[in-house]
Formats: sequence, C-alpha cells, structure tokens
Amino acid sequence: MATASSARQSQQWVGQPLQRREDSRFLRGTGRYTDDVPHAFALHVAFVRSPIAFGVIRSIEVTRALEIPGVVAVLTSADLGHPSLTGFLDRDEFVTTSMPILAHERVRFVGEPIAIVVATDRYIAEDAVEAVACEIDELTAIVTMDDQVPSQIPIHDAAPDGVLVDLRMFTDDELEGVLAASPLVVDETFRSGRLQAAPMEGRGALAEWIDRDDQLVVTVSTQLPHQVRTGIAQALGLVERQVRVIVPDVGGGFGFKAVLGREEVAVAAAARILGRPVRWAEDRLESLTASFQGREQEYTVRAGFTEDGVLTGLAADIRCNVGAYSAFPFTCGLEPIMAATEFLGVYKVPRYASRSRGIASNKPPSNAYRGVSRPQIVMVMEGLMDRAADRLGIDRVEIRRRNTIRPEDFPYTGPNGITYEPGSYLEALELCAAQVQQLGWWQRREEAAPGFIRGIGIANFSERNAYGTATMGLRRMPMTPGFEVAHLTMDASGDVTLTSGTCSAGQGHETTFAQIVADRLGIAPDRIKLRQGDTDLTSFGWGTFAGRSLVIGGGAAAVAARKLATQLKEVAAYLLSVSADDIELSNGNATVRVSGESMSIDDIAKTVHFRSHLLPAREEYLLESHGSADPSGMFSNGCHAALVEIDAGTGAVCVLDYLVVEDCGVIVNPLVVDGQVRGGIAQGIGSTLYEEAEYSSDGQPLAGSFMSYLVPTAAEMPPIAIHHLETPCYQTETGVKGMGEAGTIGAPAVILSALNDALRSRGAWLEHVPVTPADMQQLLALPIETESS
Amino acid sequence: MSESCEITLTVNGVRHQVSVEPRRTLADVLRIDLGLTGTHVGCEHGICGACTVLMDDQPVRACLVFGVQADGSSIRTVEGLAANGELTDLQQAFSRHHALQCGFCTPGFLMLAEGYLAETPAPDRVAVREMVSANLCRCTGYQGIVDAIVDVAEQRFHERPI
Repeated sequence: MATASSARQSQQWVGQPLQRREDSRFLRGTGRYTDDVPHAFALHVAFVRSPIAFGVIRSIEVTRALEIPGVVAVLTSADLGHPSLTGFLDRDEFVTTSMPILAHERVRFVGEPIAIVVATDRYIAEDAVEAVACEIDELTAIVTMDDQVPSQIPIHDAAPDGVLVDLRMFTDDELEGVLAASPLVVDETFRSGRLQAAPMEGRGALAEWIDRDDQLVVTVSTQLPHQVRTGIAQALGLVERQVRVIVPDVGGGFGFKAVLGREEVAVAAAARILGRPVRWAEDRLESLTASFQGREQEYTVRAGFTEDGVLTGLAADIRCNVGAYSAFPFTCGLEPIMAATEFLGVYKVPRYASRSRGIASNKPPSNAYRGVSRPQIVMVMEGLMDRAADRLGIDRVEIRRRNTIRPEDFPYTGPNGITYEPGSYLEALELCAAQVQQLGWWQRREEAAPGFIRGIGIANFSERNAYGTATMGLRRMPMTPGFEVAHLTMDASGDVTLTSGTCSAGQGHETTFAQIVADRLGIAPDRIKLRQGDTDLTSFGWGTFAGRSLVIGGGAAAVAARKLATQLKEVAAYLLSVSADDIELSNGNATVRVSGESMSIDDIAKTVHFRSHLLPAREEYLLESHGSADPSGMFSNGCHAALVEIDAGTGAVCVLDYLVVEDCGVIVNPLVVDGQVRGGIAQGIGSTLYEEAEYSSDGQPLAGSFMSYLVPTAAEMPPIAIHHLETPCYQTETGVKGMGEAGTIGAPAVILSALNDALRSRGAWLEHVPVTPADMQQLLALPIETESS
Repeated sequence: MSESCEITLTVNGVRHQVSVEPRRTLADVLRIDLGLTGTHVGCEHGICGACTVLMDDQPVRACLVFGVQADGSSIRTVEGLAANGELTDLQQAFSRHHALQCGFCTPGFLMLAEGYLAETPAPDRVAVREMVSANLCRCTGYQGIVDAIVDVAEQRFHERPI
C-alpha cells in the first residue's frame, strides 16, 4: 500500500487530461439551455425596439397590437413603474447615469427596447411588435467619439460633453522632460473596432412568480447568477430572498453575459405584473445589435526609447466608445480603468502617465468582452516595440528582451502601482523565438509564391486575472467582487456535492473542480458533482469572469476539501483506533499508514449518516465543510507568434501557422487549457481580420446577421501549436492561475505584428483592427521599397 | 395567423403527426411541438448551422425549412445518435478531442458530420476542414472538431465491410 512521503498535496487527478464530465449530455442533445427548459404555460415575449439611434419619444400606441388574437399584454416603461438599472462607480471622475429597463422619454440607440409584447406564442408576439406605433422625434446621432452636436440635447443630461468617465489615475511630473530627452519618441495612434462577443446561444430568460415560495424564479443565461439576483431585486423592489436565479447550461458567455440586461428584468417584471410565466429567447439580430458590445477604443501614445531600445517613459490618452448606457454591474468605467491600469504589460516602463475616458454614443452599451482592453493594450505595446525596433534597427525579439521584466526583478512593482508575482516573461519570449527558428518560419517567410508576401509576428504579454476583493475594491463599485466560497457535502453513499457561486459557460468546471477536490479526498472525480447556477442552492458568489473561477472558486473548493478530508480522517481514526495523523485518504479508502489497515470512504459516509451511535457525540454530525478564497489577483503570461500571408492581388490575409507559449501556473486539465487557448485565439483572429459591429453615420447597425458580422469559420483558422511553462501561483492552495482570456488577448497584437512585418517593404504601417481586405489593397498599392532590415 | 396544416414526420424512427402553421419552422416543430430540444437555434438565418439535422439523410438547416416542407420526410436529430444509450464513435471522438466546450453548436456539427461521412467515406483533412466551415463554433477554434471527424473517418474507413 502506498504511503504519503511528504506533506505536499498528491496530484493523482490534477494535471490529467480527463475527458469532460459535461460532454455526455452536450453530445446527446440533453444539455439544457435556457430556451430548452420546458414550461407548458409560458407566454412568449418580443420587444418593440427603437428604429432610430437618438430621439425623443412622443407616443407609443399599442391598441392595434392588443387586438391581435393571442396577445396578452403590451407593457411600456410606465406600465412597469419605470424601473431602471444603475451601474456606477463611487468616484469623482465618474458621471452616474441610469439605464431604464424600457426606454423612457428618450431612445438612445437602434434596437433599444421600448415596449414588451407578451403573447401566447412567439410568432404572434412578433406580429404584434409590427402593430405597435411609436412616434419619435429624431435627433442627430452621436456615432463616433469625435461626433459633437452642441445645438441639441446631450445623450445624458448629466454629461453635457458626453464624457461619462475621465480617469487620470497615473500622473508623472517628470514624464514630459524624460520624453523630451529621449533619443526616440514613438508617437502613434492605435484604434480597434467595435465588437460583439457572439456566443452561439444568445441571452434568454424564463420568469415565474411562485406564490408558495414568495419568490420570482428567473431562469437566465448568465455568468453572474447572484448579481442578476441583486439587480432584479433592486429594479423590482424585492428583497434578495424573493428572487431565485437559476442558470442552466450556458451556450457561451465571453463576458457578454457578465452583466444584467434590461430584457431579463423586463421579462421578470412582466411575469410579476401578469402573474403568469413569461419567456424570451434573444434572436441573433437582437444579440448583434441590441445587447452589449465593446472594444471600440483609441490610444494616442508617446513612448520614449533610448538608442539601445530601452523604454524611458510612456504617455497615453485612451478613449473608449462606451455606447449609450453604463452596464450593470461592471459599468462604463470597465474598459477605461482596465486599459489605464494594466497598460504596461510585461515591460519595465520607468515613467507612465495616462488619461482614460469613456465616451457616450448612440450605440448599444459596452460591457466586458473576453480580455477587456487587454487585447488593445497588448496590441499597442507590441506595436510600439515593433515601431521602435524598426526605427532603431534593433531585432524585434531583442528589443522585447531588453524591456521585459526579468526573473530577478520579481516581485516587481510598476509605475501603475501593481506588484507582479513571478511569471516566465523572458522564458516565454525566448522559447517562442527559439521555436520560430527551429520550425523554419524565417525560411518559410521567404518562400511565398509570386504575388504573395509573408510576415512573422511576435507578441509577449501578460493577462491579469482572478481579481480578488483587495484589487476590485480599488475600482470603487458599490458591490466589490472578489472572494468565493465553496460548500462540500458527502452523502450517505460517499458521493460529494460541491456548490460554487461561479458559473460555467462551457469552461468545464464540473470536470476541473472535481479534479481538485478528488486529490484532496482520495476519491475519483466522478464521485464529485459540482452544482452551480442556482441562487437557492449556492450561498453566494461573484460568478465567472476574468479567469477567476478555477483560481478563486477552485481555490475555495480546495480549502473545503482539505477540511472535509480532516473530518473523514477523524472518523476513520476513531473507528480504527489510531490517530487521525496516521490516516491517508487515497483510492477511495482511509488507510492507516503503518499497518495498512483500511476502511472505505463509502463506509465512513454510511456510518456517519446511518450508524452514528457507533461514533462519539460531537459538534458537527454530518460530513460537511466550507472553504473560501480571495487572492488579490495574479498574472498569467504568454508569448505568441504567427506566420501570415497576404495575397498582394486581393488583399486577403491568411494566417498560415500559429505558435503559443503559455504559463497559467499549475494546469488542472491540459485538454481544457488547450481548448481555452485555441478558442480564445479564434476570437482574437476574428477581431483582427473579420469582425466589426459597424454603424452608419446616422447610427444604423450595419452588422445585423452572421452574413455581415463575420465570426471565423474553420477555414480561417491556422493550426495552433501550444507549449506550456509552469510558474505556480503562490496566492492559492492549488497554484493555479487564470487562463481563459490569453488567446484573445495575444492574437490581435501578433497578427498585426506579422502584417506589419510583411508590409515593411512597402513602407506601410498598420495600427488598427480589424484590418480589412480594402485596407490591405490600399497599402499594397504603395510602391515597394528596398528591404532595409 | 393562417390555418394549420397536418403533417407527418418520422423523427429518429418514430412517426409523429403534427398540426402546424405554414410559417412554423422545422426547428420549432422539433423543439416546441416534439420536445426535442437538442437541436439548437443559433441565428435563425441559416449561417451558424447549430440547428442542422438530417432530412432524408441530407444535412439541412432546420431554421430554414418550414415544418410543412418536411411533411412525409424522415428526420434524424442529435437525440437519435446514441439510440442504444452508448455514445457513437463520432460522439466519443468529439469528447476525446475536446471538440466541444459550451456544447450549444455541438448537435449541429454532429449531424453535419454524420451526413457528410455517409456520403464521403474517406475525406482528407483539408476536405473535412472545408466541410466544418459550414457551421460556426465560438468556443473551440475548430481544431478539435476537425481532429475528431478526421479520426472517425479513418476509423470507419479501416473498419468498413470489404
């Protein structure tokens, strides 16, 4: 019989590429997403939405709609009692505005909900939408961040200049002098297009008032069950207990569902008012044009370098087009704060100052989308490196090497006040560069067929994640996210139920959380069932976003499992007449180390539940434990390289090959990690080459379907090779760091770097995404210069 | 709206008679009238392919086919794959290659691949990638999906009756 040789946590299951526990139901079609939840009596909803971007509502005429057989109600903001959501920050630089659940007085973007139609079936509800007549006085739409119409009312009265947040978090009186004295100042403006996260399942809700429980039960597709509960309770004047939020399987989130949408609240309000169950499933047009977007940003930067390519200082003016409203709960300050705070990435920048603004427009509100501002700041930092390398005649890897935070620098505190825990920034860069060499990419770069040009890009970056209370508190939200708790219960058959306030949207929590717990209890992962997504079943939590779930939620589960293991050992020790310290839990048994005598954990569970007369009286009778975790936040890191080819005739771009070096600390399940990396890169490539939520000059959405909003298909994806480094996190029991966003963060920078490498001979330089074939054709028309580097 | 029509469908081997409005999509007939919610609706305009089912052995977008157009046809949905309880080789390969994350698009890819492999027994990787590009997945980056289908195609080819 094996005995533990050290106190180190044995890792029989952590690290294994276990096939996912979730897969079976998804493969059989028996997964249950919000719109799959059966309800025989539910009424169906369709929303009357604004056809114009900005205007004043004069009247809403619903009589004709109500005459249609099957229409139960048409409700406006007034009918709901003018409920609203307010996502705000308690900061002087923040202008607080509210988002009405249904438009009240003004409409502020095309697609904004004005009325909710409730009918016996969705087809009828949509018919009735057509029969509602809205009279709206149209105003001039504010579409870009430079649009100004001083002669008319502003989007929000509280922000006459349209600026909803204006942060100057980092100032440095010496910076201008340092830049003036720098041999090279790279002065550039980078832009990124507006995006939609486009999970395959849109949003949805099913709401019903249950009198017996004195509760509004709302089934909703979200990443934040408890925050949705808080928001609905606040908006509808209920206490938290009176709202139960149930989240079934979620068909992708990516930050798009780290929010409470007004439609979900409207559905809940309608169910409450009508006293009947009501459901809504968002269609793709609504999802693309009337939900949440993000990423429309502009960075005007000046970066000083020495002649050796070492950064001397950086000044940034950051503007984010945050759309018409501040989303609940993360607010329109989300992108500006993230951009300013984490701008410097893996580089040592001695002096830094930034201004970061969120500017209102007549577009749907911005919210989190996978990576939040990091894809942009990495694109900017890497673009600056490439630009400086070109200007100074330094190799692109070498200039990164000279500026990267080195192993001996940790713990490193930057001018942004953040202390970085150890990461493999330099190792990742070196390994990636070595791989590019070894794989013969430099040769392949020269082997383009006539009419094609090739380039290689490189991007070295970090991804801060798993923000705990200490870090989130600095944002000054009225609700500070951060900690997680986990509850574990072993039942009489020896199986374990784990609850967590995190909420999977496809990340495989049921598998990975079980792997962590299994190692600590000495039982197989399939004996551990994770339950999430029900505010009555789980005590409280902050949901799933920013690479936090397995780090914080899994960290809490590890603590709870350690405590439950102690309970099991104590019972076994009593029954086997030894000391608990002599017991080891493994392979389903509690075994005495020296004698090898053992009893099964199933028997311990049975004894505790059914034969407690065999045990001494004690304070806690059952096998239950809880744990909590609240790390301050950490940095995963990685280095990407890409080989791209441009068709000089058509301007079409093909990503030929892609290489990833990533470090997310201890890997719980390599299958899941690689899947997150590849999927993230697909989204990053999409945002660099194909996707944009474009708007006309009068604020009409131009990308209302998957024919115009171009999510990458398999045909656009390169093969992606992944190499792992492992710098364990010291903030949690598990050593795990977050890793869900790295792919999306690195891809725009590396593709842009590769395109600029390919275009160097044309003297062309790209500093925006998405890069369209039209952009490319324009650049390719430039005369070819003699290659200089 | 308009009058309902009686249609007959054989779904996963079971005959159903359903009364539907002419405008009702096959996706809604399957999901709402027959309770087969494994077929998911991702875009309702025929691009994403999440609702792909086999209609008389051919992959179709169930959001672009009206129920009345399917009258008299034989439909296979994801619920019909593991009919005897055990996952099929293709389903197992999807799990093995981590070809799914959120699982929402998965039924569409499974039905697309089943229809394709029935007609194209020995496709190469390029052809599989081309076929997979008919549907959208937002989670996986497709590599696992392509790997799983190539794996099963090879397996089935080697195990084919000669």
